[in-house]
Amino acid sequence: MIEARDLRKAFGDFEAVRGIDLAVRKGEAFGFLGPNGAGKSSTMRMIAAVSPVSGGELRILGRDPAKDGPAIRGRLGVCPQEDTLDTELNVFDNLFIYGRYFGIAAADVRERAQELLEFVQLTDKAKSKVEDLSGGMKRRLTIARSLINRPDLLLLDEPTTGLDPQARHLLWDKLFRLKQTGVTLVITTHYMDEAEQLCDRLVVMDKGVIVAEGSPAALIQEHSTREVTELRFGVVGEDETHASYAEKVAEQVTGLGERVEVLPDRLLVYGDDGDEVAAKVHERGLRPVAVLVRRSTLEDVFLHLTGRTLVD
Amino acid sequence: MAVTEGVPVSEGIGRQVDYWLTVYRRTWKGTAISSFVAPLFYVVAMGVLLGGFIEVDPSELEGATSYLAFLVPGLVAAHAMQTAVGETTYPVMGMIKWQRVYESMLATPLAVRDVVFAHLVFVTARVASTCAVFMLVVAPFGVIETWWGAVLAFLSQILVGTAFGSLVYALTTRMSTPEGFGVLFRLGVFPMFLFSGAFFPVANLGEVGAWVARLTPLWQGVNLSRMFMLDNVDWAVAGINATVLIVLTLVGLRWSVTGLRKRLVS
Ligand SMILES: Nc1ncnc2c1ncn2[C@@H]1O[C@H](COP(=O)(O)OP(=O)(O)OP(=O)(O)O)[C@@H](O)[C@H]1O
Ligand SMILES: [Mg+2]
Repeated sequence: MIEARDLRKAFGDFEAVRGIDLAVRKGEAFGFLGPNGAGKSSTMRMIAAVSPVSGGELRILGRDPAKDGPAIRGRLGVCPQEDTLDTELNVFDNLFIYGRYFGIAAADVRERAQELLEFVQLTDKAKSKVEDLSGGMKRRLTIARSLINRPDLLLLDEPTTGLDPQARHLLWDKLFRLKQTGVTLVITTHYMDEAEQLCDRLVVMDKGVIVAEGSPAALIQEHSTREVTELRFGVVGEDETHASYAEKVAEQVTGLGERVEVLPDRLLVYGDDGDEVAAKVHERGLRPVAVLVRRSTLEDVFLHLTGRTLVD
Repeated sequence: MAVTEGVPVSEGIGRQVDYWLTVYRRTWKGTAISSFVAPLFYVVAMGVLLGGFIEVDPSELEGATSYLAFLVPGLVAAHAMQTAVGETTYPVMGMIKWQRVYESMLATPLAVRDVVFAHLVFVTARVASTCAVFMLVVAPFGVIETWWGAVLAFLSQILVGTAFGSLVYALTTRMSTPEGFGVLFRLGVFPMFLFSGAFFPVANLGEVGAWVARLTPLWQGVNLSRMFMLDNVDWAVAGINATVLIVLTLVGLRWSVTGLRKRLVS
């Protein structure tokens, strides 16, 4: 569905995407995980055939976006990072008008719009103004709109950013169903739980390059331990920060797990058995104010690969 | 590199008809009243009441037998300019950066060219309808000499609309904030409205002034509209006037497409 080789995007002197290779296969859910400014949206806009490629090769649905932009866009569904719904049109008209741009007959668009409103549970809002919708409803409407042309490939740029947990779960459920119907999904996110929930395979992006690639489970296995023990220490001296204190403690903790990461507010000890690590911490006479044992996530993968956290 | 612009432009415009009809349905009431009332006020105040004080030989009014008959064709042409400018300043900037409607259009198979042309077709339709209303309102005042003259005058007014519409559209695509609109209105549109021969013969401006006025795009339209309405046509001049407006329209179209592409395809 998508193939990229050494794909680049430059804005003036600044290179936002610095040579990435990709292959997205039919029917899979593929993710871009990365922090702010990683180049996810820049990549997505090139894939959406709205932003010209600055270097390298890109083929979408077997075509070159520089030559066949309109034909490619006709087969894509796009849910941009920021909603571009027409706030002057009502909910139904947003779908209807958009569908018409694809050259779909008016009667067909009307029918599809009804179905899609049903699908995203907005049927009773059909005549409402877009302004009156909640953030989650707007997002659902944007997704419904992106499906009006029955796309082969659906591009979702941060579909759930800014939504409350309930709205996110509702959206995930919709996306999951779409995937079941065979639509290829490409999702960007800076939420590791979203990537884990939705993606069969993903790339971790940072500063315009891909730093790792694989399934969520494989990435965790490869770049992290099974469990993580989080230790939080009370601040000790007057002018001692957690970080400087943790540096000192870190030395004592070294050896308890395979690896230790020092964050501004906590220490992460990576070891396959978290409870064992926690027990050893106590044996050594350390007294953290809080201890949490959890499974490794993609967040840990990212931290390991870049030394930074995903959401700051 | 061969770049396919997708569907033929007529098809691309056709796909946006429903959008523009919806916009029209939402706005027609407001514009219908103003496009009916404004000309009536102008014609009564300036043509009938002010014109009642003006006694001039028809030879000095470019062949018009009354000030009203002189004023109306120019006023409609100037009205066409104002409508076109109004439709291609804030609304275009809004679709670029406030409501960002173009962005969603360009995510579909529509190309930049389709989007620009469809919008300018809408602007032209707005100009045409407002000028048609204007002409119908003034018809009972006895300012129309022949029906074919009125039709050609109407077409000239539309040309004023397409020329200003496409040029100002092109300008708007190159502006990042609306501050420039104030300058455009005060130093471009308003002086042209007053001094391009709509209200008095440009000959009154003196030799140099008259030639400056004759170089403005609006004068071409005012002159065409008036010659046709008064049935006093110098076909050589009419040819020049029409050619200028057509060329400006074509140049404006080209700049509009390149401007919007530069702005939105990055
Ligand atoms: N049109 C543009 N002009 C100039 N710089 C840009 C443009 N678009 C993006 N950038 C820059 O490119 C870099 C990558 O931006 P991009 O939007 O692709 O990141 P992202 O991974 O989507 O981040 P986020 O999570 O914040 O959405 C950023 O530093 C951004 O400032
Ligand atoms: Mg982004």
